Amino acid sequence: MANKTINIKLRVWRQNGPHDKGHFEEYELNNVPTAASFLEMMDLLNEKLISEGKEPVAFDHDCREGICGACSMYINGRAHGPATGVTTCQLHMRLFKDGETITVEPWRAKAFPVIKDLMVDRSALDEIIKAGGYISVNTGGAPDANTIPIPKDVASRAFDAANCIGCGACVATCKNSSAMLFVAAKVSHLALLPQGQVEAKERVKKMIAKMDELGFGSCTNTGACEVECPKGISIAFIAKLNREYLNANLMP
Amino acid sequence: MAGFLNSSIGKKFLMSISGLFLILFVGLHATLNSLLLIGPDTYNIAAHFMATNVFIKIMEPILALGFIVHIIYAFILEISNYYKRGPVRYAMTVRRHQSTWSSRNMIWLGIIIFVFLAVHLANFFWKVKFGGVPETTVNGVKMHDTYTLVVSLFQANIWIDLLYVLGAIALGFHLHHAFWSAFQTLGWSNEKWRKIWTTLGDIYAVIIAFTFGIIPLYFYFVK
Repeated sequence: MANKTINIKLRVWRQNGPHDKGHFEEYELNNVPTAASFLEMMDLLNEKLISEGKEPVAFDHDCREGICGACSMYINGRAHGPATGVTTCQLHMRLFKDGETITVEPWRAKAFPVIKDLMVDRSALDEIIKAGGYISVNTGGAPDANTIPIPKDVASRAFDAANCIGCGACVATCKNSSAMLFVAAKVSHLALLPQGQVEAKERVKKMIAKMDELGFGSCTNTGACEVECPKGISIAFIAKLNREYLNANLMP
Repeated sequence: MAGFLNSSIGKKFLMSISGLFLILFVGLHATLNSLLLIGPDTYNIAAHFMATNVFIKIMEPILALGFIVHIIYAFILEISNYYKRGPVRYAMTVRRHQSTWSSRNMIWLGIIIFVFLAVHLANFFWKVKFGGVPETTVNGVKMHDTYTLVVSLFQANIWIDLLYVLGAIALGFHLHHAFWSAFQTLGWSNEKWRKIWTTLGDIYAVIIAFTFGIIPLYFYFVK
């Protein structure tokens, strides 16, 4: 079993730069070990392309252990491919059939312009964080954090939200290209903790204003984002975000 | 306040508030319709009460406003969201297991309901307001014979009945997503309450769709 390999056909989006029109290119790749991750398979493809004197496929990747959120690939119609709760590096070729054609596209969103091939510019998410996704109070050194008692259930809930790695799968998946799950996670994580509550109202207003300004869509509660989120962030946090935003605006 | 109503969440807030108001309205409407199954006098007395009641007179323009806000903002949001995907759309998407069919097709379900609504207003509302309805006397009170108006329409043409049934089914699927979604937008939801709202919403959707849908069929096939 360990040495099992498959032959696949790949339909990969190639785009020379932000202003290039872009197109799909088809490749055949033989003897792909089923134990390989999707990114390792992409490495094999690129080695083959380089050996043939062709330009390799540009794609983002960093930690390859499921935590950085860089590997933004839309595989066979789903963010990070056919498995749930994983990033592309944690997706394995054993989930694909021998002879299968696999379609690989970049994230598609107005707010995430394509840089090259499968690489997109996700700095819009950083812009939202810059607008308010931080606290400005001095919390002292690391040991001082423990001087503010926080109930375990509150700390756990905040951590559930803080799990968000900012990969953008929610935006890529949402039919409206909405970043609400991302913003909900960031707003909730801070609003749940006493250190973050001081600036909670200003924060949520600024982050939503930035999110709207950068060209993300609005949420229609389809719930697709939470299905594809590699970190399992619940849309219950979107309800919390709505609550925070309505509170900040209607009950200032 | 203007900034709030122009924000994405502000627009959704208007959709939610107007939607919840319309949810209450269809509930009241379906309850009154069910009196058609009891008999002419019961229905006519109820319709007469609704037509002459001060509270209903005040609510009528507010109801119209509720429809207008809900429809206009639906199109504003749907069209702007469509363009948020950017210049190139996905060649392949698999959405079946991610979200409900209703949640992805709210605008189309809404358009079907809107077409039904236009025909429905022409059938009844217009006639009741601007004449053409026979009169009757129940317990010495002169009133419109709306029962005869409704029943004669439903018995005249199967296609009208089918349009009413289609409208009822579309409304049912619309409510399947709308009910819990309205509370989610207001922030009144979490993992536990989502289950409660979706269950209540589905029960409500089935009752409403069944009540609206069964009446035209009853009068065409049974009466």
